[in-house]
Amino acid sequence: MKGRAFWASIVAVLVAGLVLTGVVSNEYYFNALYVILQGAIMAVAWNVLGGFTGYVNFGSAGFFAVGAYTSIALGKAFGPSLPLPVMIAVAALVCGLIGLGLGYLTLRLKGVYFSIATLAMAIVFETLMNNWSYVGGARGAYILTPDSHLWFNSYIEMLFMVMLLLTLGSVVVSRALNASRLGRGLAAIRDDEVAAECAGVPTLRLKLISATVMGAMMGVAGAPYPYFVTFVDPASAFSLFVAVNAIAMPMIGGTAHWIGPVIGALLVGTAQQVITVTVSSELNVLVVGVMLVLFITLAPQGIVGLAQKYLARRAR
Amino acid sequence: MTAPVLRVDNVTKRFGGFLALQNVELHVNAGERLGLIGPNGSGKTTLINCISGALFNDEGSIVFEGHDITRMPAHRRARLGVARSFQIPKPFRSMSVLENLRIPLEYAAWSRAEHRRITDEAMDVLKQIGLEQRAHDNSAGLTQVDMRKLELARALAAKPRLLVSDEAMAGLSSSEVDEILEILLALNRRGVAVIMIEHIMRAVMRFSERVVVLDAGQKIAEGTPAEIVRNPQVERAYLGE
Repeated sequence: MKGRAFWASIVAVLVAGLVLTGVVSNEYYFNALYVILQGAIMAVAWNVLGGFTGYVNFGSAGFFAVGAYTSIALGKAFGPSLPLPVMIAVAALVCGLIGLGLGYLTLRLKGVYFSIATLAMAIVFETLMNNWSYVGGARGAYILTPDSHLWFNSYIEMLFMVMLLLTLGSVVVSRALNASRLGRGLAAIRDDEVAAECAGVPTLRLKLISATVMGAMMGVAGAPYPYFVTFVDPASAFSLFVAVNAIAMPMIGGTAHWIGPVIGALLVGTAQQVITVTVSSELNVLVVGVMLVLFITLAPQGIVGLAQKYLARRAR
Repeated sequence: MTAPVLRVDNVTKRFGGFLALQNVELHVNAGERLGLIGPNGSGKTTLINCISGALFNDEGSIVFEGHDITRMPAHRRARLGVARSFQIPKPFRSMSVLENLRIPLEYAAWSRAEHRRITDEAMDVLKQIGLEQRAHDNSAGLTQVDMRKLELARALAAKPRLLVSDEAMAGLSSSEVDEILEILLALNRRGVAVIMIEHIMRAVMRFSERVVVLDAGQKIAEGTPAEIVRNPQVERAYLGE
């Protein structure tokens, strides 16, 4: 997508979101959209390290939950008057640093060893949260929804717009990264790390940048979560489902291109919402599983890969 | 006699209890063509891994153009001007041939580039190598010989002053060997020193001004190609008693 068309669609989506908050009054839709957008940010974030750089991270739920718990801790410490953007920024900082730290400790590991290390990290953080009574420990924490919701009709409408802005923001970052010299360096690492290093790519530094961006984005996705659900406990925040979605969405959409995770998140997220409402909430887990298996066996490059293949064939 | 571009002093490398390189000394003069030969497992690839930075040597030092690069990570060596090609081609498979060259142009040669348009520079390199027809093809679908050429093109795009070519010709047909040989000679004419590791003796003999022979991690001989083929120690290393 060329620059102007891209920015036009970003603005269009934003305007559409605003119009939606003005027109639709049924709060369910904003709930559903919030969940889809949360998935989209997680997918875009996962793809920065998993898709662009080729390091598969199983610990997404860890970053997400730490983002959520950052908000809870800040809310406890400074009271509920602390503005949401501040919490989001702090969560980005905290999770970015965790990404950096995790990267420093584990990015020397290759392939499956790295993935297992990220999984272990999520478990470590879950254990920490289970035992940190200040943020509720294993019993969980209740969060009161703040009274003010700017000019929106309800708090969830405002939260939806916040999430929409964050999603668009992460898409902009991911696209800029993908098209930059840095992004090409990451792609070289994904294709062959030794060859990349010998071609002058500072592989460790680039991987650390990639892990930091990934962590920060996931923290951003998690920060508003307590205000969305109003009750957070470690079991729900560190849910495996968050991690599975963060992997499945980019895989289904296509990992090599920045648009892949967005497409995957919209498709999978929407399907999950529809199935939750029409069939059952348990079944949507199965749906992600089946979709993932189908795509990995039949179209490992995802939807973007299929489209590219089709376009290449037509060009010939 | 000019000062050597590369000087390897007393380099020792162990893998656990196995001594892969033992006090190896080597130098390459500016613009020189050096052949590095030895039986399988003699430490040739380990040595060039130490030179390019893929491995760190346990003892000894490596100096490139006056910089001690012994503990320098590989990407910084590439920026200084040490390039290598791999024995088993390692193309960036998700990229086209042209995009493959962007990486070293944008990273290894970044500070030394004239900052012309990267694509033009990459095309120039491809023309020198004879790959310009394939510029927009996916690198994963190349033939063996084109894959080897891509390896050299990518090394060349890093604008090196020393190129280490690790068995760029293994498994190629006789005419393809000549093609690669021509590329290396043309490169050398532009002032790039080349270390060539090769098993194909015909190529080594034709290419090298000087040959170094490794056996079991030690340098056993050094001299002109003509001297090397008459050296009884070399004969013993290759054929046994």
